[in-house]
Amino acid sequence: MPVTTMIKMKQGKKRISFSQNRELVLLIILIAFSIIVQVRNTQYLSLLNISDMLVDTAVLIIISCGMLMVMLTGGIDLSVASIMAVSGMSTAMIMSSNPGIPPVIIILLGVMIGTALGLLNGLIIGKGKVIPIIATMGTMNVYRGITYLVANGEQITASEMTEGFKKIATGKLLGINTLIFITIVVAIIIYFFLSRYRLGRRIYAVGSNSESAKISGTNISNVLVFVYMVMGLLCGLCGVLYVSRYSVAQADMASGTEMYAIAACVLGGVNISGGSGKLQGVLLGAILIGFINNALPMLLISSFWKQAIQGVIILAAILINVIILRRSDRMLKKGRI
Amino acid sequence: MKRTLSIVLVLSMILVCFAGCTSTSTSEETQGEQSTTVSENTATATDETASQSAASEDGSRIGLVTKGAGIAFFEAVGDGATTAAGELGVELDVQGPTETTAEKQIEIITNFIARKVDGILVSANDSEALAPILKQAMEAGIKVISYDGDVSVDARQLFVSTSDPENVASQLIDTANEIAEGSGEIAILSAAATAANQNAWIEYMKNDLEEEKNSGLTLVTTVYGDDEMEKSYQEANGLLKSYPNLKVIISPTAVGILAAAKAIQDAGLEGQVYATGLALPSEVAEYIEAGIVPKAFLWSPIDLGYISVYVMNAMLKDEISGVEGNVVTCGTLGDKDVTLDASGNPQIIIGAMSEFNADNIAEWKDVF
Amino acid sequence: MSIQRNTMIQHSSIKSMFFKREMILFYLLIIVNIFNAITSEYYLDVGGIMQATRVFLDKGFVVLGMTYVLMIGEIDISVASIIALCSCVMGVVYNAGLSLPIAMLICIGVGALCGLLNGILVAKFRELASMIITLATMSLYRGIAWILLGDKAAGGYPDWFTFLSSGDLFKIGGVGVPFILIVFIVFAVAFGVILRKGVFGKKLYMVGNNAETSQYSGIKVFNIRVIVFVIIGIMSSISAIFLTSRLATARPNVATNYEMEAIAIVILGGVKTDGGSGTVLGVVLSMFIVGLLKYGLGLNSICSEIILIVVGALLVLSILIPNMSQIIKQNTQIKKVIRSQKY
Repeated sequence: MPVTTMIKMKQGKKRISFSQNRELVLLIILIAFSIIVQVRNTQYLSLLNISDMLVDTAVLIIISCGMLMVMLTGGIDLSVASIMAVSGMSTAMIMSSNPGIPPVIIILLGVMIGTALGLLNGLIIGKGKVIPIIATMGTMNVYRGITYLVANGEQITASEMTEGFKKIATGKLLGINTLIFITIVVAIIIYFFLSRYRLGRRIYAVGSNSESAKISGTNISNVLVFVYMVMGLLCGLCGVLYVSRYSVAQADMASGTEMYAIAACVLGGVNISGGSGKLQGVLLGAILIGFINNALPMLLISSFWKQAIQGVIILAAILINVIILRRSDRMLKKGRI
Repeated sequence: MKRTLSIVLVLSMILVCFAGCTSTSTSEETQGEQSTTVSENTATATDETASQSAASEDGSRIGLVTKGAGIAFFEAVGDGATTAAGELGVELDVQGPTETTAEKQIEIITNFIARKVDGILVSANDSEALAPILKQAMEAGIKVISYDGDVSVDARQLFVSTSDPENVASQLIDTANEIAEGSGEIAILSAAATAANQNAWIEYMKNDLEEEKNSGLTLVTTVYGDDEMEKSYQEANGLLKSYPNLKVIISPTAVGILAAAKAIQDAGLEGQVYATGLALPSEVAEYIEAGIVPKAFLWSPIDLGYISVYVMNAMLKDEISGVEGNVVTCGTLGDKDVTLDASGNPQIIIGAMSEFNADNIAEWKDVF
Repeated sequence: MSIQRNTMIQHSSIKSMFFKREMILFYLLIIVNIFNAITSEYYLDVGGIMQATRVFLDKGFVVLGMTYVLMIGEIDISVASIIALCSCVMGVVYNAGLSLPIAMLICIGVGALCGLLNGILVAKFRELASMIITLATMSLYRGIAWILLGDKAAGGYPDWFTFLSSGDLFKIGGVGVPFILIVFIVFAVAFGVILRKGVFGKKLYMVGNNAETSQYSGIKVFNIRVIVFVIIGIMSSISAIFLTSRLATARPNVATNYEMEAIAIVILGGVKTDGGSGTVLGVVLSMFIVGLLKYGLGLNSICSEIILIVVGALLVLSILIPNMSQIIKQNTQIKKVIRSQKY
């Protein structure tokens, strides 16, 4: 980002660059929101509840990380919920009829299914040159239809699941809940991939200026295929985690996740036309959205107000974001920073 | 040349998709024969016409609309209905929308009307919104019977009710009373805020709570999970965190009771908080065995489908006209009478609810 | 410089693409009809087809509005919520005692207001994409509808109101022509003519193609954006009127998923999401293609899961196949050039 480098070059002193501003804004909104809820319901900021909320948000965080990479290339993926559904439903059905399979293999199967579907997305977008919003809108329907067909009218419920499978979401690894553990691992991998690896930097290049990316030797279509394949992989993983977490597999599961993931990315400062966005912002954005969803039931208000409140908060968050952005932009131009 | 090629390719893709249809929710039975898979549709189009006209001489054509595809309860309804159709020799088509909305059901009913079916069985996602299209169906000479989810009285000839709503409510409140040992806080986790059945039960439950014997119970709140697992779980969690003295969560919907039970389990509150409500035994088996759900109730969806088809058949054959006193012989399930509900409208109640508890869950969970 | 040259080149090839796309859609419509007629004996009943169009025509008004929105390179995913809110407001106001025509006017006013808010936010805060703004207002508008009606339904409309969606305006040879069809055709022609011939339409194309140069050539881009969102707000309220008429009731949860279906139809009709190309004719054709295809499949008792897959596949393939044939053509041309250069 040219402006941040400019700032850093101008002053050797520590100044808050405006990309850090954004994360600060999100943090402030999160804290302000939490205080309001805490006043209504003293249980909100208890350690138990915070860790519960993190577990609940884990899937959203992972999907948002994948969505980050997709949006960095200037694309979008509306089929994430449907890929999760195919993966979750298929693995649940396989597991219930073959209880001998260890959970790790089940997870691998889910990942493979997700990767295959993501690969299809990537081929349609990267090689078929179909724009992402259409391609993923179409595959969203196709994959969801496939989920219904795979389910064949059944639901897999807790009694048909093996203990090991259910433990995936409720067990602990190194003292932390498995879901949080997986989320941290995924976030770290993606962080290092995007910042240290050439392919990661290429993803930024494709989104910000595809012409110069092409000239400098990046095979754009391959990058796109890769990005959607990774998104599919993460969705496949999350499908299994989702089913394990709730101990039920239904054909209409996870609907709406794609919108939350997109919102999390945008709140986190990802440019919807591609080229810029940081993982830290996305993590904060996902946590904010996840916590809001969890907090709404705790606000002890009539159910009918919840959706409006959610809309107002998201609207306020994005508007505050922009206003702060503009202010620091103006201050920058005036040489104050 | 390229243009026509593109079009031909698009069309062949559509045809290929047909091959994937594994008739989950469609079943056409012509006197017990197996359903034709759709990939043979184009070839056997003429056969279909022949068999359909043959069927309408021998038997009628019934369209059954469920609330949604892929819902276990309605899959079982479809199974029961198919059995009855086979026994009676009528043609049955079971269709469920991919979204549990009234608009999608209207699309299906429009198709049924265009196909000139003889009777439509429907469980409405919205009791008023379906009224106009069903009235059109009746004007076209099609018999309309609602089951499970009723519609406005002037939009159907008869209603096959799963239960007496007062009875459902009192069973649930009595169970809550039992679990809470006479006094304590309870909460209700329902489906969608617009779900007519659930709202009726909640209404009666609130009435019951004013009775003397239930005076020890306090209803702290009613929340809605929209029959979505994630949302219901978050609501259940909210209940557990916000009301530390909560004893029972009543959930008159399967997804709700599963979410409540899981939330109780995850929070480690087994033994402190319990859940009860309406659910298929196969779904709640785990939690009944774990003791989180001491009791759950439901009527048989298989019987529901079975009886509905028999009632429709009786109406199509003019054996009944949908007034009080009519009797329908429903195959292996015996006679069912048309009675009057609280507002004086004719209905048939399929039977009593069954209770599922730790003693009988082992056998029930394989039934439905 | 090169950007301008590119857009100019694109413009002339876009013109020829217009024609291509609409012809493909026209052929597709004919094929769908033939296919339906062959596979189902019940299809070729004009009365039945008219009935079937009622199911998707109320969505058609939103589709027309969405055409303009996508044309200028924006998107509006809050339309379904606007429909729900307008419908609920109309129901509440009518049941509170106001006359129905007044209630309908208020409904349109609410739609315009929602569109105005969307438009101002989109036009003012250019850093935010219209997708994210309308994502937030989507929750907000439907949320207000929930606050208004809660778990109640607002009904009790008179017969003439039901006529709007279910009645026939006149009969041709014994077959009734739905009133809603006539209204839709009027609107579609208006939208189409404005887009092709009107000054406003030309401005839409220019803003969609390149907003910056349009600004420099004197077009008030801010106003255009606001107006377009107000238009789709009003079209949503008209959709709401017809939908409420068809359902004879208003609830906060109506019109779920309409926005996705509308966007899919518009894109299938040839409007590009980055703006600047497309015709109303293409969109109308695609609406009938999708609607009649779903009807025909339904007549064959295809399960709704399969219909979902088919529509999704149709959307993707309708862009993928022309793209692939173009890529193959380009590759063979390149190979020809390389081969000819060898000698």
